[in-house]
Amino acid sequence: MKLNKNVAVSESGLLFNPVTGESFSVNPIGIEILNLIRDEKPEEEIAEAIMAKYNTDKPTFEKDYQDFIGILSHNNLVESHEKTKA
Amino acid sequence: MTKLRYERPVIKKLETGMPNKFGTRTEYQPLTHIDGVAVAKLIKDYGSPLFVISEKTIRTTIRKAKKAFETRYPRVQFAWSYKTNYLNAVCSIFHQEGSWAEVVSGFEYDKAISLGVDGKKIIFNGPEKSTEDLTKAISNDSLIHIDHLDELYSITDLATELKKRPRVAIRVNMDTGIYPMWDRFGFNYENGQAWDAINKIMHSGKMELVGLHCHIGTFMLSPFAYGIAATKLAELALSVEQKFKHELKYIDLGGGFASKNTLKGSYLPGSDTNPTFDDFAEAISSALLNSNFKQDKLPLLILETGRAMIDEAGYLLGSVISNKRSSTGRRNTILDIGVNILFTSFWYDHKITPAQPFTQYAEDTCVYGPLCMNIDVIRESTSLPLLNRGDQVVIHNVGAYNMTQWMQFIALRPHVVLIDTEEKPHVIRLRETLDNMNSMEKVPGHLHKFNL
Ligand SMILES: Cc1ncc(COP(=O)(O)O)c(C=O)c1O
Repeated sequence: MKLNKNVAVSESGLLFNPVTGESFSVNPIGIEILNLIRDEKPEEEIAEAIMAKYNTDKPTFEKDYQDFIGILSHNNLVESHEKTKA
Repeated sequence: MTKLRYERPVIKKLETGMPNKFGTRTEYQPLTHIDGVAVAKLIKDYGSPLFVISEKTIRTTIRKAKKAFETRYPRVQFAWSYKTNYLNAVCSIFHQEGSWAEVVSGFEYDKAISLGVDGKKIIFNGPEKSTEDLTKAISNDSLIHIDHLDELYSITDLATELKKRPRVAIRVNMDTGIYPMWDRFGFNYENGQAWDAINKIMHSGKMELVGLHCHIGTFMLSPFAYGIAATKLAELALSVEQKFKHELKYIDLGGGFASKNTLKGSYLPGSDTNPTFDDFAEAISSALLNSNFKQDKLPLLILETGRAMIDEAGYLLGSVISNKRSSTGRRNTILDIGVNILFTSFWYDHKITPAQPFTQYAEDTCVYGPLCMNIDVIRESTSLPLLNRGDQVVIHNVGAYNMTQWMQFIALRPHVVLIDTEEKPHVIRLRETLDNMNSMEKVPGHLHKFNL
């Protein structure tokens, strides 16, 4: 999973996609996850980081994470991970 | 260690024109007094609507900004961005606090001079400077920030003609990772235009290159972008030093810090989330200190902060004209404040509070003005108590740009009152009169009479 490289994320929860000119607002945990994605952390590690800090369990987080990623890719904010299976 | 409460991650596309679903907050604590003066009394004495500026807030804000930078970097100079609010009283407060003047037109330049600002302490920015403007600025030894090559050549010619050595800087635009990139003004860094302009200036020998300038955007929410800008300007300055053995005196990072306003559709209020002066100061100072300037050769850091310096000091007081329900059942409240005097309502969800106490009941309300136009919307959706006709409201954080970009449209622009640090109100701009408006018009003789 890779965040598209021009996407700008501000600490305050605003995200800009320079390619489309669209802006998004993201809640704080969303920002944390985006930053982990930007650092190219695998899903496993992201889940661990979030579960270490927040009161949640793996199935809940995984479901929410997939939902979140779905919206990110729907809006072309991430490069699909499928195609880079070499 | 107890874990933090989990909230699922959400991302929401910001749509202009859509009501903000996070807009219902308890932001309607009444504001009955501004710096000790009752809002009701201000409206009784000076009418409604009314702009009110707090001198105390201006002074505490600039002092806070200065402290943030001066504790991190040894040489800092603020310059007041006139276009943000050029009421003479406001400019004078900033000049009393030590700010130079930053102007972008002949009109603003003349205003600074008429206020008594030393020409050497006027920074002249902007793409449009007439020959007359440039002649004045060169004669007064002002700091001229060159925007394009045509201007560079005009200044070269004028320097010869006036037998003066103008003090100039160039405006540099660059990629700082921010979208949209402001590349319309100045010379581009990445494609070499800026370096090219510098070489032209240095080889001409007609001007003294004293600094480098940029203004990377406005209402910037990323201190990081300023770090990039500072690094790039520092690199340019060091290249000049290396190639021409010429030290630049300053680096001017322009304006653009976000104020405490809330951009339309933001997830959280700007007052809680926007970066502080300390955040910007940290990014900029670190970038400059970490660059290769020798310790005793650090350039002066100039900042042209506009909106973040004055937004919070400005209030707009108004009154409820009527309450209605739309055909779909939505609550509409009409104020005597139109977008013609509150231009910034196109970008911000301005905080609106009542000026008198109320019960705990509130209703989601669309607040609009008296202009008889669909665009005249102050807030698409905000939670307000059950206001009655004649009740007074206070709109917050309106100090920047409204009192310069306002339009005279169907009514006369209101008084502006300054509350001084002793809590005494002063009118600093009079309400317009019909005579004021008519005095600028001329009616040709054949139109003097009509019979209806
Ligand atoms: C050259 C320059 N400096 C300073 C400012 C002030 O900017 P802000 O109000 O965003 O701080 C502006 C505003 O557009 C500007 O163009």
